[in-house]
Amino acid sequence: MIIKQLSIFLENRTGRIREIADLLARANINIRALTLADSSDFGIMRLIVDKLDMALKCLKDNNISTALTSVVAVEVPDNPGGLAEVMNIISASGIDIVYMYSLPEKMHNNAIMIMRFNNTEEAAETLKKQGLRILKQEQVLSL
Amino acid sequence: MWDPEKEQMPASQLRKEQSGNLKALIRRVYDRVPFYREKMNLHGITPDDINCIEDISRLPFTSKHEMRNVYPYGLLAVDRKEIVEVHTSSGTTGKPVVDAYTRNDIELWAEVMARTLGMGNVNSTDTVQNAFGYGMFTGGLGVHYGAHRIGATVLPASSGNSKKQLQLMQDFGTTVITCTPSYCLYLAEFAKDQGIDISKLGLKTGFFGAEPWSDKMRLDIQHKLGIKAFDIYGLTEIIGPGVAAECCEADGLHFFEDHFFPEIIDPETGAALPDGEKGELVITTLTKEGSPVIRYRTRDITYLIPEKCHCGRTMRRIHRLFGRNDDMMIIRGVNVFPSQIEELLLCIEGVEPHYQIVVDRKGMLDTMEVHVEVNETIFSDEIRKLEHLEKTIASEIHNALGIHVLIKLVEPRSIARSEGKAKRVIDNRNLIIEARK
Repeated sequence: MIIKQLSIFLENRTGRIREIADLLARANINIRALTLADSSDFGIMRLIVDKLDMALKCLKDNNISTALTSVVAVEVPDNPGGLAEVMNIISASGIDIVYMYSLPEKMHNNAIMIMRFNNTEEAAETLKKQGLRILKQEQVLSL
Repeated sequence: MWDPEKEQMPASQLRKEQSGNLKALIRRVYDRVPFYREKMNLHGITPDDINCIEDISRLPFTSKHEMRNVYPYGLLAVDRKEIVEVHTSSGTTGKPVVDAYTRNDIELWAEVMARTLGMGNVNSTDTVQNAFGYGMFTGGLGVHYGAHRIGATVLPASSGNSKKQLQLMQDFGTTVITCTPSYCLYLAEFAKDQGIDISKLGLKTGFFGAEPWSDKMRLDIQHKLGIKAFDIYGLTEIIGPGVAAECCEADGLHFFEDHFFPEIIDPETGAALPDGEKGELVITTLTKEGSPVIRYRTRDITYLIPEKCHCGRTMRRIHRLFGRNDDMMIIRGVNVFPSQIEELLLCIEGVEPHYQIVVDRKGMLDTMEVHVEVNETIFSDEIRKLEHLEKTIASEIHNALGIHVLIKLVEPRSIARSEGKAKRVIDNRNLIIEARK
């Protein structure tokens, strides 16, 4: 139920994202989803990739601060009110979202949101019981 | 000039006085201070070997480290009951250095500070606003005693509280301001923000010290405050302020060498260098009673100017300081060693000793940025956790050193590694003054 995401520390400087993209390209790694968070002097790049172990090794070999983070991939109905419906369930369960972003692909004709919670494992269980469709790592990678 | 007779003393007479005082000093410390006696014995020197001022180079040096080791009273050359006042350095790097004054030492201090203020013709009609910190720090009381000696009116404002400083200036008609140069410029800016034209308040003269400052900064101060700015030099190890001061010629600082004997040495070999050659300043207190210091290695880099000065004073001058030969930084008047920053960083879990300190001067004030590499341990996927880490480091440094720093997280390996000594500090302040020669 838990998806492993790559989180990368980046200084805010010209060309840094390109350098990361180049590294992953040379290692033949495909990026499934990507989001960037930034503060005034640094940023964090969050990635879902197809070959996780290889990507991790490639980044570490290049002295890039990288962490594996547990996130949850949740299906969200792709229609007006779809997100609101899912958020109502999460909110009613008393779960806080730290951040979220979407995957470009669809599953069962639903949109997919990647979510990070304060207590991700526990939250995933709870949400599953509440009837939300949570994707497995293989499912996401097979998209 | 405060004391023309002394300050214009012919060189031959000065050397004679220095010789007599050095001889007496060495006899005194050999008899009364085990610390000096042991060092002299170790070097095979007895008081009989010291007969004139030139013999001074035979004596062993005293380091800051040694002075700390004998904290608090290890350099005392008089009975404890003779001591009337004690000052200490900030002691941020460990035990502080102690300066213990007898009543005569306080008189001496007042005298050399009166000479200092006399450089700018301060007299009994003046009102001296003393914005150097009062307390264990020597700046506040040193200026205070000197102004008293002259008979000027002292406003013991101490440092900080800019609003009050401006109020005092206006209410009491301050004519002389004394503080660190960076605070002076800050005050000028603060006044401007308050809609007060500080150059119209009647200030005439300012005496600035306790941190390095450039000629550019002097021009800035003189322009903004409409005053003449004097550089003054001193250090707790010797007496506090009052060791050397600029005259109106603003071409080097006259060393009050009848009391504090200056030498320039090669910092590597310890060999004495002739006047005019740049090296490390070494000072001996010829007349101080309480805690005399023999050949103290200041780590300050300058050279001695023997030529006669247009002002008529005969005492040799030192060029404004070129910097220091150790790694101490002076940030807004606070002494900071990279090792202190390192210690604090390493107390924070996961932080590795890969850091760099970038010092700059933004507008008026010194700024310090500490770049810290983000390793796997401290890296968090969440921005707020990393921002929290930045805040934690900044507040640890502020608590320990009293200075505000900006923490910048950088990527691993982005700070250049070195085979030898790591370059910990990048100082962009341009404080190094153009060499005269």
